[in-house]
Formats: sequence, C-alpha cells, structure tokens
Amino acid sequence: MGSGSSVNVDYKYSLQKSENAFKAAVLIQQWYRRYVARLEMRRRCTWRIFQSIEYACEQDQIKLHNFFSYLMEQFTPSSSKERDFISRMFISGESYKEAELEKYCDYESIEVPDSYTGPHLSFPLLPDHATALLEAFKQKQQLHARYVLNLLHETRKHLKQLPNISHVSTCYSEEVTVCGDLHGQLDDLFLIFYKNGLPSPSKSYVFNGDFVDRGKQSLEVLIILFTFLLIYPKEVHLNRGNHEDHMVNLRYGFTKEVMQKYKVHGKKILRMFQNVFCWLPLATLIDQKVLILHGGISDTTDLDMLEKIQRDKFISVLRMKKRKESNRKVEMRDINGESKSEADAAGNEAAPRLSLQPQPAQAPSTANRLEFSRWIRQTVQEQIDTCRRLVDISESEPEELTYSSTVSLKYGDEPCQPHQEEWQQILDILWSDPMPQEGCRANKVRGGGCYFGPDVTEKILEKYNLQFLIRSHECKQEGYEFCHRRKVLTIFSASNYYEIGSNRGAYVKLGPDLVPHFVQYQANKSAHMLTMTQRISRVEESAFRALREKLFAHTSALISAFKAYDEDNTGRITLSNWATAVESVLRLGLPWRMLRPQLVRSTEDGMLEYKSWLDDLAMEQRSQEHIQSSLLEVIYRNRSNLETIFRIIDKDHSGLISFEEFQQTWKLFSSHMNIELTDDGINDLVRSIDFNKDGNIDFNEFLEAFRLVRQCQA
Amino acid sequence: MATAPAAAMEEKESAEDGKVAEIEKRIREAFEVFDRESNKTVDARDIGCIVRSLGCFPSEAELRELLAKLVEEVEDEEATRFIHMEKFLPVMTKVLLDRSYWPIREDVLLHAFEALDENKCGYITKEDLVKYLTEEGEPFTEEEMEEMLSIALDPETDTLHYRDYLSKLVVDETKIFPFHV
Repeated sequence: MGSGSSVNVDYKYSLQKSENAFKAAVLIQQWYRRYVARLEMRRRCTWRIFQSIEYACEQDQIKLHNFFSYLMEQFTPSSSKERDFISRMFISGESYKEAELEKYCDYESIEVPDSYTGPHLSFPLLPDHATALLEAFKQKQQLHARYVLNLLHETRKHLKQLPNISHVSTCYSEEVTVCGDLHGQLDDLFLIFYKNGLPSPSKSYVFNGDFVDRGKQSLEVLIILFTFLLIYPKEVHLNRGNHEDHMVNLRYGFTKEVMQKYKVHGKKILRMFQNVFCWLPLATLIDQKVLILHGGISDTTDLDMLEKIQRDKFISVLRMKKRKESNRKVEMRDINGESKSEADAAGNEAAPRLSLQPQPAQAPSTANRLEFSRWIRQTVQEQIDTCRRLVDISESEPEELTYSSTVSLKYGDEPCQPHQEEWQQILDILWSDPMPQEGCRANKVRGGGCYFGPDVTEKILEKYNLQFLIRSHECKQEGYEFCHRRKVLTIFSASNYYEIGSNRGAYVKLGPDLVPHFVQYQANKSAHMLTMTQRISRVEESAFRALREKLFAHTSALISAFKAYDEDNTGRITLSNWATAVESVLRLGLPWRMLRPQLVRSTEDGMLEYKSWLDDLAMEQRSQEHIQSSLLEVIYRNRSNLETIFRIIDKDHSGLISFEEFQQTWKLFSSHMNIELTDDGINDLVRSIDFNKDGNIDFNEFLEAFRLVRQCQA
Repeated sequence: MATAPAAAMEEKESAEDGKVAEIEKRIREAFEVFDRESNKTVDARDIGCIVRSLGCFPSEAELRELLAKLVEEVEDEEATRFIHMEKFLPVMTKVLLDRSYWPIREDVLLHAFEALDENKCGYITKEDLVKYLTEEGEPFTEEEMEEMLSIALDPETDTLHYRDYLSKLVVDETKIFPFHV
C-alpha cells in the first residue's frame, strides 16, 4: 500500500539496503570471530612450545647430574688421575665449616676505593640503606663486592636462626603479600614494590623462591631481598626455590652473571651464595592454615620431618652427598668430609624415577679410554636393568610407575635411611607440580619431584588442618592459577617470562580472612601498547625460532625418521607423516599439524621434500662449513649440557680448562650423550679452536666459535 | 584378483580412509590444545575456538546449533558444560568432510565492506563501523569491537581502508590457514 511508486521504490530500496547491511555485518563478524579464534589457538600453541622446550631442558639438566652422581657411586677409578678428575666435579658445593668459610669469604680485607660511587652499607642495616640500594640499582650501579660479601655473611647468620618452616600471622600486619618466581627480573620486583609498597612493619611479604637464573639481574634481586630481610626480619620471609641451588645456577645463568659482574671476587661471592641458599627456609605457614612452598608436595610429604631436617646439609638437591661403603673399594673418603654410611640401594634412587635411557656409546679407539667408556656403558645399562627389575616394569611403560611404590620397592627389606628420605622430602617440595588426575607419580618432565593429584592435596590439607596451598614453580599466563578445586594456588611473579608479552606476573594478598586478592602486572610498558595480535605474533616468532633450532639440532634423527616413510626413496613424504615423524623424534607432545604452516612452506600436493626443508633450517642457523655437519649438530643440541659440564670442570670459574681435561670431559660426555666421536673427531674440534696459549682452552671462545653462545645471553 | 573398477574403488576407499584418518588427527590435536585437564573434555565455551581454528567460519547461530548436538540443554545458563572428545570427533569430522561453514572468500568479504561503504569512497568511518558491527548482524561485544578497531583502524584518520586491510589479512590467512584440502 502506499501512494506513489517512487515511495515504494524508496522503501524497497532502503529495506534492501538494511538487509544488505545486516548480511554484510554478519559476514564481517563471522570472519572476525574466526580470526580471533585463530589467534587464540596460536597463543595457546605458542605457550605449549615454550613450556615443552623449557621442561625438556630441565630434564636434561637433571639427567646430567644424576648421571654424575651415579658415576660417583659406581666408579672404580683406574688411575688416581681419573678419580681426581671425577671427584673434582663433586668437591665444589661442599658445605664449609664456619671458620673456613669466614676465612675464604673474608670481606674485611677488601678495600672500598674512594672512586667508588655506589651505595655504602653498614650493619645493622637501616631502611635508608634499602632506599639507597633501590635507587642505586635503578641507576644501574653496582654494589661493591665488600658490601655484597658482608651482606651475605649477615644474611647467613640471620637465616641460620630460622626454622625450616617460617610461621607468619596475619594478626600482626593484617595483610601478607605473597610473591612467586622472580628469576632475576628486577623490573618486576620494582613494579611490585611500586604497586604494593615496600616491606615495612605494616607490610609483610613472602617470596616463594626462584629469585635467580634466566633474568639478568638476579644479583640485584637477591641483594634487595636480603637487605629487606635483615631490616624487617619479622615481616619478610623467603622460601627456597629449586633455582636456589648451585648446580642449577651453573646452567641457568646466575653463576655466569656473578662472574661477569664481579671479576675479582666472583668466586668468593658464589661460594657465599651457596652457603646462604642452603640456609633458606623450606616453607612458610600463614596462620597455620595456608602452606606456602615453592614446587608442591608428594604423597610422602611429612611436615614434621621437614621441620627437623638439617636443611643446610643440602646445598644442591640435585646431587646426593654419598660415600659408598662396599667391597668396591671406592676411595672417596677425602672428598666427602663426613663419613656417612648410606645404603647402596639409596644410590640407585635417582635412576628409575627418570626417563634416563642412555644408549650404548661408540667406544673411542685408544686402549684405556676404550675400557673406560665400555665400562661406563655396561654399568649404566646394568644399573637401569637392575632398577627396572626392582620395580618390575617393562621397558615400554615407565609411566605406569607410581611414585611411592618406586621409593618403597627400592629399599626392599632394608630400613629407610634417614638421610635419603630427607633429601626426598626437600626434592619433592622444591620440584613437584600439580596434575589434574588423581594419584602421585614421578615428574618425568622435570626429572625431579613428582606430579601430585587433587587427592594428595586433600590428604595433606586434612592431615595438617590447612585451608589451601600456595606454590610457584610454573609460569602462568595470567600470573596465577587455581587448581585442585581451588585448593592449590600457583603464583608467578616474573612477567614476560618467555618473551615480551608472553604472560603477566602477579602477587596475592591475604588478610585475616585468608581470602586471596590478586594484583596482576606486566613489566614492559611497550607490551601494553601492542595490540593482542602484535603481542601474539611477537611471542610466537620467538617460540618458533626456538622450535626450529631444536628441529635443526635433530637433523640426523629426523632424516632417518623421514626415510622410514619414504621407502621408494623419492625424497618426499606426506605432511601427515611429517607430523608423526617429527613427534617421534622430538617427543615434545606438541600439536604438529596445527604448527605445520609456520614450520613448513605450504605445498600444492601435500607432499614435502624433506631434505631441502632441513637444508632451509640449517641455513637459518648459519652453521659453519668446515666442521662436519653431524658434529655441529651434536654440539648444538647439547651445548647447554656441554657448557654445564665445562663449568663444573672449571672449578675456579676462570674460563680456562686444560686440553687434557677437555679431552676427558669430552669422553665422559660422549659416552653419556650417545655421540659417535673418534679421536680424530676430537682433534679436529680442538684444531678449530685457537688455543695456542699453554695448553689451555678458553671454552667461551670455543662455544662462541660454534655460535653456541647466544647473543641474548651475553 | 580384483577387477579393474573394483580395484579403483578399493583405492579410492583407502584414500578416503586416509583422508578421514588425517582429519581425525587434526581434530584431536586442536581439541587437546584446549583440554586443560588432559581428560579428553573441553569447556563448551571453547568449542567455537576449536571449530574455527580447524578452518571453519560458522556464524554464532550455526555454532549454537552445533553445540546443541553436542551437549544437553541445561537450565542454568551459567553452569559450565563439558564436551567429550568421543562426541565431538564424529560430529566435527562430518563438518569437515561436508565442508560446512566454509571459509568466507576474500571477494565476498570485500563486497561486505563495500555494502557498508555508503558513499563508495573506499573507507568506512569509525562511527559507522561501530554502529554497524555493534547493532547489526550478530552484534559485537564492546571488547570485540575495541580489539577489531585497534587492528583495523588507521589511527590518524580513524577510518578503515578496507582494501588495504584485506590484502594484508589475506597474506596472513594463507600463511596460517591450517585446513589443507
């Protein structure tokens, strides 16, 4: 109805127009929502990549150290030289007697020159000292070594008086702030103090471990935390984390940082740190209701035992101090100061809980080295078999092993040795992670501690009448996360941990009602300004770079795996088989089909020419031509292990080891890491290093020559 | 020995099986990324993300339809509903095989933008964009609108030059489009 046709046309036109607008809007919205979903998927995949690489790395670390402890246990040195060589690896990290420590790490003789413009500390410390330090660090100044050592001495004195489990009450200071991992990220600590206020009589703090490693300002973080600890001893509480451990520090950057910043007194400082870390309390209890510890718990966690342990005996949780008493005549008496009689079985403890699967190594050609390697190979294999027999599992199902059954079976009829158990308790609370499934099983990913389920949490809470647990140890996107029906809270305070934009940091405040209040933050201002898209792209780039590096490092294994799918030797495989093969080699549990478009150029027929793909990867890594590619790959894959071993050998942290030590190290390393390397191979390696100074190898230069020292770690 | 047509059939069948197997692997992978508790279930609210990252472009209405197949209706809207892999897999496999919710082609998207560009000047103002996308179709939430503006808008002129924007996106899409036919 209507009067003129023109009105009708207008009406129809506008109706059509609005229909079109509607349809257009739907299309755009539909498309956009799909775009966002894709981003979300990419974000989660990126996260998975970082985590799986990080944990694989930690697993390596623990494997390595357990290998060494195992050697320590079993090794019958064929010459005093070899024995000394091995034992040297374990001498560092011994707990010093008081007098020795004072003498070695003496600071009073260190003069502070007039030219020093940094802050001066005097003891007892006052709030002004703290402010001065904060200001100095903001200005990128460095605290003089004398003051660092002095501070460490005083800190150690203070910590020694503390019990293993600190008790905090909310009635005094009303609110307690709990912070998680900081990992040397000073900016995050500044941000926390800025948002929440400095520690004071009315502001209590609990710092839940992992103050060091990975970030570049671990020293500054520690200095500040220790300073506040001494100024406000009632209000500031520190828990030990798994990174407050000298063996872990060797690999993850703290040792390096100290040596770079304190060239003259670095060794002393490191020694002192070792002896301070071991005195850090193991846990904190708020109002007897909230238990705070760094990693988690296990089904054998016993707070009463934990309270009685002599915690300073465990300088590194990664290595058992042992002396073997058996008919094997291992003369290690000189090495371990005290003589402890430990059960033989205890030494095998570490092995079955890990996926330690050394493969037989190719023996080097010279006579006694041959024997040495063969012997290692044999005994390691025997050892694994023994352990497997003990726990009655087949080779294919190590995951079935439950945690506590491992522990109990191992000892058989022998009574549990107290020292062993204590070590276990500490390892568990520093290294464990929660899992959604019920039960408790060995943490194969990290290689230490366990995965504990909601039932384990429930039991502990009930046993000790607690309300919930607070732990850290795992990076969380939002800085915190609940699990186990809100009975376990993970709090993580290092923002942008993997990469700028990767995650927020958070801290939690608890009042007398013990209801948690969270504050989140992200230290890098520019991260705010990036759109979600940009943030994700950036982090993603970083993750994929790391992943491609890992792929490159496994070139040979990948080629074999691909060949298995390419029977006709066409040089091509389907993309589907690519995914399966890659997972079988890398074992990172990643969604390869989802990740494929970022790793492989898309092909028209769904087939991949794998050799040229691997060549592309290699080009990206800019490998050196004159070294055989397989050797380079091997070194590349194991560079952090190599670096760690070198640092252990280089006891005085001078950066130099003798040619002989280098050879011996390489032998040990290759027998453990399944590397084929002839003597010629080693000589080639050595020739490529310019070591014309009295038979010493500057291994930093060595690693640099292979571009193994990444710029970002410099 | 099979006759020629039968052999061809067999070959075709096994190719089909191979294709289905591959699709299933892909679906499992995508599902597992959202499976927080590693117990083969995901929150129903994540289904949209999973379906979309497998290459599909469902509208909100189509998603609701899909969800209805996977989960029983519950009175309490707020309660968390979970979807089990066993149920999801066959439904999603069919979606991919049938090519439901097929991607929106670049030219179609271009026409959609053009339809909103009344004066055909090659760009849409921020106000118009906000008006259309938060009032028409399946309206954006404030958050969605803000995020889209931050990506799409030219900050100096506060307008969206859709042709440029589209060509940037297409590159991105083909780079990351996982659904390989």
